[in-house]
Formats: sequence, C-alpha cells, structure tokens
Amino acid sequence: MGARQRIVIAKPGLDGHDRGAKVVARALRDGGHEVIYTGLRRTPDQIVRTVMDEDARFVGLSSLSGAHSHLFPKVCNLLREAGLDDVVVFGGGIIPEDDRSQLFDAGVRAIFGPGTPSTEILEFVEFASGLNCGVGSPDEWHWGE
Amino acid sequence: MERRQLARQLSAIENGELQVVKTEGLIVAITGPPGVGKSCLVDGILHRLAPKHKVAVLAIDPTSPISGGALLGDRIRLSVLDDAEKSDSIYVRSIATRSSSGSIPSIVSDLANHLLASNFDLVIIETVGAGQSEMRCAAIANRIIVVEGPSRGDGVQAEKAGLLELADLIVVNKSDLEGASKVVNDLTVSLTLTNDAPPIILASATEGVGLDELSEKILSLEERVSSRRARVRQQLLMAHENVLVRNPAFEAIIDRMSEEGLSIEDALREFDE
Ligand code: B12
Ligand SMILES: Nc1nc2c(ncn2[C@@H]2O[C@H](COP(=O)(O)OP(=O)(O)OP(=O)(O)O)[C@@H](O)[C@H]2O)c(=O)[nH]1
Ligand SMILES: [Mg+2]
Repeated sequence: MGARQRIVIAKPGLDGHDRGAKVVARALRDGGHEVIYTGLRRTPDQIVRTVMDEDARFVGLSSLSGAHSHLFPKVCNLLREAGLDDVVVFGGGIIPEDDRSQLFDAGVRAIFGPGTPSTEILEFVEFASGLNCGVGSPDEWHWGE
Repeated sequence: MERRQLARQLSAIENGELQVVKTEGLIVAITGPPGVGKSCLVDGILHRLAPKHKVAVLAIDPTSPISGGALLGDRIRLSVLDDAEKSDSIYVRSIATRSSSGSIPSIVSDLANHLLASNFDLVIIETVGAGQSEMRCAAIANRIIVVEGPSRGDGVQAEKAGLLELADLIVVNKSDLEGASKVVNDLTVSLTLTNDAPPIILASATEGVGLDELSEKILSLEERVSSRRARVRQQLLMAHENVLVRNPAFEAIIDRMSEEGLSIEDALREFDE
C-alpha cells in the first residue's frame, strides 16, 4: 500500500448526485487515506479554500450534471492562482469521452466514469503521488494515456 | 497570517517535524456522543463569533484501525465557511486520530497551541464522540463543553458520569425534539449532589435556540474546581502514556510480549530502564 495522502473529495456546482462521491470517499479511506468530504454544492473558491486549509495533496471532483467543462478548469485555475501548484486534481462522474482532453489540458490528471473499480482509483493515487504532476506542473501526463 | 503557511506548519507538527511551545489562551473542547450535534453547534458558535473573533476549529474523527484511513466529515456542517465575510477569520482543520501512533491527543495539544500562537482568540476542539480519546482530549483543553441530546428514556447513564465530571458547561441539544427537557431535568437532579454543578443550556443547533447564550458563555466560561481536578488527572495519564508510547523500544517490546510471551511486569521494568 502506498503512503497515506490527505485527499479532498468535492462536489462543485449545483449537482445533487452525491452517491458516487461518497463511494469514492469511502474507497479512499479503506485504501488508507485521510479523506475530507466537503458535502454538496460547493463553489470552486470554497473547494480551493478547503484544499488549502486542510493541506491536502489531492482533490477529487465529482460531477454528474454536465457542468464539469466549466467547473473543473475553474478549480484548476484557482488552485494555481493560490499557489497550490503541487495539488493533484482528478475527477469522475458522468463525463463524456469527447470532453476529457480539454479537462486534461486544464490540469486534471485522471477522469473515472461509472463502474470504475476502486482499486484503479487507489492505483492512480499511489502512482500520481510519486510523480511531479500537481496542477501547476508543466508535465502533460494523465492517467490511462 | 498566511493560511497556506499555517496549514503546512500544522501538517509538519502532525508528522512530528515541528516542535511547539505552550501558549496561553482559550482552548475549548466540545464533546459528546456521535451525532448529538457537536458540529452544528460549532457552526452556530462560529456564525456568532466571527468575524469579530478569530476562531480555529480542530475537528477530530477516528482513524479506521483496519485501513489506517479516515473519513473526515465535520466540515460538511459548517455553513459559516460559505459566508465570505466570516470565513476569513475562521480556520478549520480536520484531524484523524491516527490511533496506531498512540499519541494523538498530545499532537492535538501542539496543534492547538500553535494556533493560539498564530493569533487565534479561541481554539475549539470537536472530539470524536466516544471512548477514552474523548476523555484524553479533555486534557488538552482548558474548558470543556459536554453535549447531550434527548435520550431514549434511559436517564443519565452511569458511564457518562466521568465525562460530566469534566464539564464546565453542559449543552442539551435538539431541544426541538421530544425528550430534551426531560434530559435537562434528569441532569439537574443528578447534579444537585455536586456542590459546583456546571450550568446547563438547552439548545437547538438547527432551530437556532440557545446559540446566542452559548456563544457568549464560551468566551468567559468559569473553570469548575472538580473539572479542573478531572482534567489534571487526564493530563497526568496522558503524559505517562506518552512516556511509554514515545519510547523507541515501544513497538519492539509489544512484539516480544505478543510473540515471546514477555510478561507485562517485565515489560514495564524494561521501560523503566
Ligand atoms: C441515482 C440518480 C439520481 C438520484 C441521485 C441520488 C443521489 N443522492 O446521488 C436522483 C433521483 C436524486 C437524481 C436526480 C436527478 N438526476 Co440523476 N441519476 C441517477 C443515476 C440513475 C445514477 C447515479 C448514481 O448514483 N450512480 C451510482 C454511483 C456510485 O456512480 P457514479 O456517481 O457514476 O460514480 C462512479 C463513477 O462515476 C466515479 N466517480 C464519480 N464521482 C467521482 C469523483 C472522483 C474524484 C472519482 C475519482 C471518481 C468518481 O466513481 C464512482 C464509482 O465507480 C444516473 C444515471 C447513471 N446511470 O449514472 C442519473 C443521472 C446522473 N441523472 C441525471 C439527471 C438529468 C437528473 C435530474 C436533473 C433530473 C432527472 N432527469 O432525474 C435530477 C437532478 C438532481 C440534482 N439536484 O442534481 C442525468 C444526468 C445527465 C447529464 N449529465 O447530462 C443521468 C446521467 C441520467 C440520464 N441518463 O439522463 N438522479
Ligand atoms: N432535530 C435536530 N437535529 C439536529 C440538531 N443539531 C444537529 N442535528 C442533526 O443531527 C445530525 C448530526 O449533527 P452533527 O452536528 O453532525 O453531529 P456531531 O455530534 O458533530 O456528529 P459526529 O461528529 O459524527 O459525532 C445532523 O443530521 C444534524 O442536522 C438539533 O438541534 N435538532
Ligand atoms: Mg461532528
């Protein structure tokens, strides 16, 4: 098992689907990580503030409502503006294939859709924690490349 | 204060990489059974104290003994963080007990002291709602608020007595639900035997009842003589435990006890050496 990470799991925007976020939060806990769950309907600003205050190394965003193309890059930009360049951003939910490359370009390092086994999410966290792939890193790597 | 720097310093303390000096200031522990409304009450307090006062919250949740991970969810209740006018004077940090390391309460003490040294007027510790760690966290605070809720008609249980002894203030939350005033009555009756009984506030975090009074009281809580004694006892127990847990041979001695049948008496003797 990899080193313990502090991970914020957040639901940006008005999306009320929280089952997936809760499943992922629990899976990460069971994988030995400390997970801070923000609850529903957070703004990108609030999410970034939480990441900063909790000194989290990862932030996982969940979206099933279709607003990911706007909200995920927004969180990435605010993290960079706040100087949180080493924070790794990943996400999941209902995110069409066609939308993903734009999210990767914005700095998101992985997207997990419905049916993802939790072992894969844990593998990602372990692998990414060994890389320099924070949201401010020029590296263009993303999971599943 | 730079929030990010503060957050990093707290991580360093948590990971044992930064030493902290003790600081004067108000550290209040809020404790009570799971789900009784501790986080919601903290939210109500923060809404009333910020932005006039700078308040830090250390919200403690249990680490899973099996995975070593933790789900830290107290933040969800803190609607005050959505209030831009107030959130700048509030700092909330979620802490896992990481019980395998054994020494969490003393780390919480270091974190709280560091926050006081970083110019917070008040540090609130929300404890895990159960068991011994709850009592130990009380050793770190200089005031203790015990939260109770409407029980299922079982009165004041004997096992709660130890905790009530620690209380400088008792809050009976969920006054909007049936049975809350009965709990106040039961507590009042059982506390008539004590000569310095703590004040009791009947509150409802969700309906906003009693929160003005609670927020006012929290800044000027009087220390009860008996709670002081109970707290000092916890401090002594904690200090003693730390001597054991921080001994470099601690894990090795446990291995020998479990694998080679080293007796407890002999183990204690080895610690003394
Ligand atoms: C259950 C459900 C609901 C429940 C939600 C209950 C709840 N508290 O979560 C209710 C009934 C309330 C609901 C309401 C609505 N829903 Co709905 N709902 C669903 C449904 C059927 C399943 C979602 C679910 O819970 N899946 C189970 C969980 C475990 O899976 P998951 O969320 O996908 O998460 C997994 C992965 O995606 C990934 N993941 C997810 N998040 C994250 C985050 C990170 C960091 C990581 C690593 C991974 C990860 O890991 C998880 C585990 O594998 C989906 C259809 C579907 N098949 O997905 C529609 C669906 C999401 N809903 C939809 C819609 C439109 C709505 C409504 C607007 C109205 C409606 N038509 O029903 C409302 C809006 C509610 C709101 N306020 O936002 C649409 C969304 C369309 C879109 N995006 O374009 C969907 C896709 C249905 C459809 N095909 O039209 N819904
Ligand atoms: N009816 C009622 N419900 C309340 C009140 N205060 C809190 N609750 C509810 O009780 C539940 C638990 O509240 P929390 O504040 O999370 O309780 P807690 O003591 O912090 O819980 P843990 O941290 O898990 O031990 C939530 O669903 C709240 O909405 C109250 O005054 N009245
Ligand atoms: Mg709580």
